[in-house]
Amino acid sequence: MCLGFPGKIIEMDKEQLVAFVDIAGTKREVSLAMLPDEVEVGDYVMVHVGFAIAKMDPKEAEETLKTLLEYADELDREF
Amino acid sequence: MSDIVNIALGGGGKQFQKFLKDIILNYLGNDILNRLGDASYINLSGEISYSTDSFIIDPEFFRGGDIGKLAVYGTCNDLVVSGAKPEYLSLSFIVSEGYRYDKLERIVQSIKEASIDVGVKIVAGDTKVIPRLEREQILINTSGLGKVIKKLNDYNNIRVGDMVIFTSDIARHGISILLEREGVEHNIESDCGNLWNIFSKLDYKYIKFARDATRGGVAAVLNEISNMSGLGFEIDEKLINIDERVKYFCEFFGYDPLQIANEGLAVIVVDSSGVDSIMGILKSLNMGKNASVVGTVIEDKKVMLNTYIGGRRYVEMPYGEILPRIC
Amino acid sequence: MNWIESFRDKEIVENLLKKIEYHILPDKEYKIMEICGTHTVSISRSGLRYILPKSVRLISGPGCPVCVTAQGEIDAVFELLKNNKNLTIAVYGDLIRVPGSDGKSLLDYRGNGYKVKIIHSVLDILKYAQHSNDEIVFVSIGFETTTPQTAFLILEAFKKDINNLSILVFNKTMPEVIDVLLSDENLQIDGFLCPGHVSAVTGDELYLPMVRRGKAAAISGFEPVDVLYGILSIIEQVNNKEFKIVNNYKRVVKGEKNKVAFELINNVFEPSDAIWRGIGLIKNSGLKIKKGYQQYDAIKRYGIKFPDYSEKKGCRCGDVLKGYITPDECELFGVVCTADNPYGPCMVSSEGTCAAYYQFGGRFE
Repeated sequence: MCLGFPGKIIEMDKEQLVAFVDIAGTKREVSLAMLPDEVEVGDYVMVHVGFAIAKMDPKEAEETLKTLLEYADELDREF
Repeated sequence: MSDIVNIALGGGGKQFQKFLKDIILNYLGNDILNRLGDASYINLSGEISYSTDSFIIDPEFFRGGDIGKLAVYGTCNDLVVSGAKPEYLSLSFIVSEGYRYDKLERIVQSIKEASIDVGVKIVAGDTKVIPRLEREQILINTSGLGKVIKKLNDYNNIRVGDMVIFTSDIARHGISILLEREGVEHNIESDCGNLWNIFSKLDYKYIKFARDATRGGVAAVLNEISNMSGLGFEIDEKLINIDERVKYFCEFFGYDPLQIANEGLAVIVVDSSGVDSIMGILKSLNMGKNASVVGTVIEDKKVMLNTYIGGRRYVEMPYGEILPRIC
Repeated sequence: MNWIESFRDKEIVENLLKKIEYHILPDKEYKIMEICGTHTVSISRSGLRYILPKSVRLISGPGCPVCVTAQGEIDAVFELLKNNKNLTIAVYGDLIRVPGSDGKSLLDYRGNGYKVKIIHSVLDILKYAQHSNDEIVFVSIGFETTTPQTAFLILEAFKKDINNLSILVFNKTMPEVIDVLLSDENLQIDGFLCPGHVSAVTGDELYLPMVRRGKAAAISGFEPVDVLYGILSIIEQVNNKEFKIVNNYKRVVKGEKNKVAFELINNVFEPSDAIWRGIGLIKNSGLKIKKGYQQYDAIKRYGIKFPDYSEKKGCRCGDVLKGYITPDECELFGVVCTADNPYGPCMVSSEGTCAAYYQFGGRFE
């Protein structure tokens, strides 16, 4: 129901609530009008229909991947 | 001469004569065309292949090509994948009033370059002017004659166990055009190119069937071959080359890259014994450097894709219009 | 951090599959509903059904906004065009192929000279409306993730005094339909794969009713790793009979409500009843434009009347949406109803369950 794509903020105008994000090497205008989080240039946001809907958290991503990689070790023990 | 096309150009009078001399003959002239008859005389012996195609594209100039290049390569590529060496082309313009001559000249210039690249002569043509529609635009029709080297348009040649090769990375033309249309800054070049460069080097050895994967992308071609031959394909997603930017764009818009147009990619079905030799040649060519063996012909009349994570799904015939998804 | 490829890693996928195999109980069928159409497409496109154990059954729910838009509403769009030949209709690409009762779609109308514009974002509409004298009607669809943008469009139009624009609001809200699903006694769902991007807006409270009624809930992203991780969490919850909202998509979903988004929605919209195609009328599950912004309400501006809501004969989209049957169990599937010639709503949108099944295949049994 909601196709999203991660984009890296390369420029932003905080007053106008507008940012330019890098999507696969192109510069795309994205509105920050519905984004609840503080963002800076360099941050990643999830983009849906031209709007940043959430700031992406690299620490959480790493955490998730770490958990998933630990499954591999668990599997070794289980089998 | 005015800097834009007006209705007088289509009237066959002075305006037309000047256009013919300054633009058409200046760039495209040759011993046959220069005679300016109502029809041309050409010498062709043996079996002939004949194809026609019309071109309309927005925008007319894009990264990696323009409508002129497209009009030459498009028709020539159809001859080439049918097993013929392109020899002669006809060229017709339908231009709307208000079209700028300098743009027209750029297009003719690129037609010249493309025809030299393929080695075809333009031997007939026509120009008509139509009232301006929504915007000023140009439509081009080309028809081509080719000398048959190996008749490839026979689905019965395809056998279970034959291998499938994509001669390039996929979906570049469609995505490039789309970004261009959106007015987005980008650096993705259309793959608009001359397939004779490839097939002349391959010399049609081991090739059982070929098709250029334009509208509808490789998905359309594979399904068409499957429908006509009664056989199917099993292809591997991880073996298909795709530019990363193109891949992510497709995902951003919700497109399936298998359904996106190419303008310099052929899908070829080859005898498995010839795969190494063909790939060796392809990899040595600029146009074929991203070629890959993507799968095999199977008994089951379906196009099956092994996904990069080890899943499986069908590749269906695209509907026609490629639409962005937001949801 | 590679936000995409890391979550498509084949090795992680294989490990997750092994773990799922390890945890599934013999003789137990796990019925898992993915509510969201984007999940449906992702599952189909990556061919996940083929590699999941047979006892894990994925069922697609009512989260495709096109599929749940009532036929009467779709027909009203065409009527509006016919009565106002100079209108420009702006839509997201998803709506363009949806047929009216007469079988004609917006593509057909465009072919007949009507003005139909595909947009990627409401920002496109704002620019277009400012630089054109055309009367524009935006047909707005979507759930919580997509509705704030429409609210933003209306607020901006108001601020900038744009008057050549109005909106036909078909947006719907999730809590009510989830409630309808959960109160259905025939529904046999063990757990829900919860839509990641909706959750980024609604927060995880949306799924409390699920766990309260003994259903598992896992908030998931859209890459294959995310989906499998969600499925694993659901299986674990079902096995342990401990139902809680698990958030496996923490890189995007923080858990709390997006207040900014809801402020946008609440400024402009108020709840109204809505008809969900295939499901029927659900109280307060739709939105209408509030009094202060009524000049942007296309229903008011053009006096739009919705024809009587009627389902197409034989179409079992309702059963598909509720997860009673898989698309291939419908007699029309692939015969009368194909992707080229969709009969029911679930075949129309590429994220519709039937279209995804038709296009990418089921399990190949």
